[in-house]
Amino acid sequence: MTSPYPILTILGVLIVALSVAAGLIWLERRLLAGFQDRYGPNRVGPFGLLQVLADMIKIFMKEDWIPPFADRTVFVLAPAIIVVTVLMSFAVLPIAPGVIVSDLNIGLLFVLGMSSLGVYSVVLAGWASDNKYSLLGGLRASAQMLSYEVFMGLSLMGVVLLSGSFNLVRIVEAQRTLWFIVPQFLGFLLFLIAGVAETRRLPFDLPEAESELIAGYHSEYSGMKFGMFFVGEYLGVTLISALITILFFGGWLGPVLPPLLWFLAKMFFFICFFILLRAALPRPRFDQLMAWGWKVMLPLALANLLITGAVALAWSK
Amino acid sequence: MLSVIETIWRVFLHLFRKRVTVQYPEQKPYLPPRWRGRIILSRDPDGGERCVGCYLCAVACPVDCIALQATEDQTGRRYPDFFRINFSRCIFCGYCEEACPTYAIQLTPDFEMGEYHRQNLVYEKEDLLIDGPGKYPGYNFWRVAGVKIGGKEKGEGQHEARPVDLRSLLP
Repeated sequence: MTSPYPILTILGVLIVALSVAAGLIWLERRLLAGFQDRYGPNRVGPFGLLQVLADMIKIFMKEDWIPPFADRTVFVLAPAIIVVTVLMSFAVLPIAPGVIVSDLNIGLLFVLGMSSLGVYSVVLAGWASDNKYSLLGGLRASAQMLSYEVFMGLSLMGVVLLSGSFNLVRIVEAQRTLWFIVPQFLGFLLFLIAGVAETRRLPFDLPEAESELIAGYHSEYSGMKFGMFFVGEYLGVTLISALITILFFGGWLGPVLPPLLWFLAKMFFFICFFILLRAALPRPRFDQLMAWGWKVMLPLALANLLITGAVALAWSK
Repeated sequence: MLSVIETIWRVFLHLFRKRVTVQYPEQKPYLPPRWRGRIILSRDPDGGERCVGCYLCAVACPVDCIALQATEDQTGRRYPDFFRINFSRCIFCGYCEEACPTYAIQLTPDFEMGEYHRQNLVYEKEDLLIDGPGKYPGYNFWRVAGVKIGGKEKGEGQHEARPVDLRSLLP
């Protein structure tokens, strides 16, 4: 079901993903300002849209400094990993019928695997910086990822059970009659929370926690290397929003409007929700975060999986 | 858990509230007449400089940003030879205005003094002097001061009696 010109699809997905991530710089600042009764950037260009360009020029002009005590190779490599792994995940996302880079039969597993690999970026950055705050940030990131990855995968198994496939296109097609948000509401909530933790966004941004760790794992980064972490984070937000859309809200399915528009609209909604979360919620303590992950979310995910399995089994008989 | 959802909802509602931001260059804020902004030196109604170079402003200034040198013209009227305010130091406290005995130095409702070079923030007397009397339209120090200057003998000022002739016997 892939398109006849795969290179066009690849380029399209790349360009759309990267420009959405760049646009998020503007969107997040405008929305956050809105939630705080301000206007946000509205000076550069219409509605401040060219702020993205100004920010990019600024970040490219900044001094790109590698601390003399840092582990050079790893230090340079770390920011690239996060962008690469997230962009790899975009390859298996079905954006519209036929618009998919690689129709992988284990697409969902691939996405989960890639998002797990993304943690290396943070951990290596924290380690290579040779700075106690960075190291603490990296440590926190690895612990947080470990505990939230577990039920992230488990929360999605309900969807896999209902659709009977790991293939994301098949999962979308299985939602023709009913979006999975209805039978898998608990799974959706769990995945949403895990997704926020996975992208290290507030309220789960403990790896960078400005008030405690300066900037956590990217304390020592500057210039475009820091920008890569930034882009990686926004790409991650886009990815998780796209995944929620595909897995629980019927992907491109919807009446009247073209499928691509439906997909983008749903994705946009969840991106805005991510930003709203950042504006609304305070950061928990680290032990609260871990306790939540292991004592509440994991049992809930297991229960969700068991019940879904039981119902699916009873249904099939 | 419910409180978290309530928080999210309430923060969301803020999107539709009135913005508190003042869109500054287009939308100017109201500055009351007593606003302490850019410092000026005023002139009396006759057009002469009010400043008499008493140094009280320089003494009152907590950050020492005022520098001046007093001098006299041929008729004995004191005026500042130079008068320099370093606005990169000035904290706009208004003590100089309070200290001034002749209403010469005044703070105005203007704060738009941005410069690209720090040197340009040092204002000389030409930059400070304005053409009008500022906040005190009718006041003329030399007309009420009992001092003799060119064009005004002793006792010719307002509310001033002619000096008593000590050598005369008449009351």
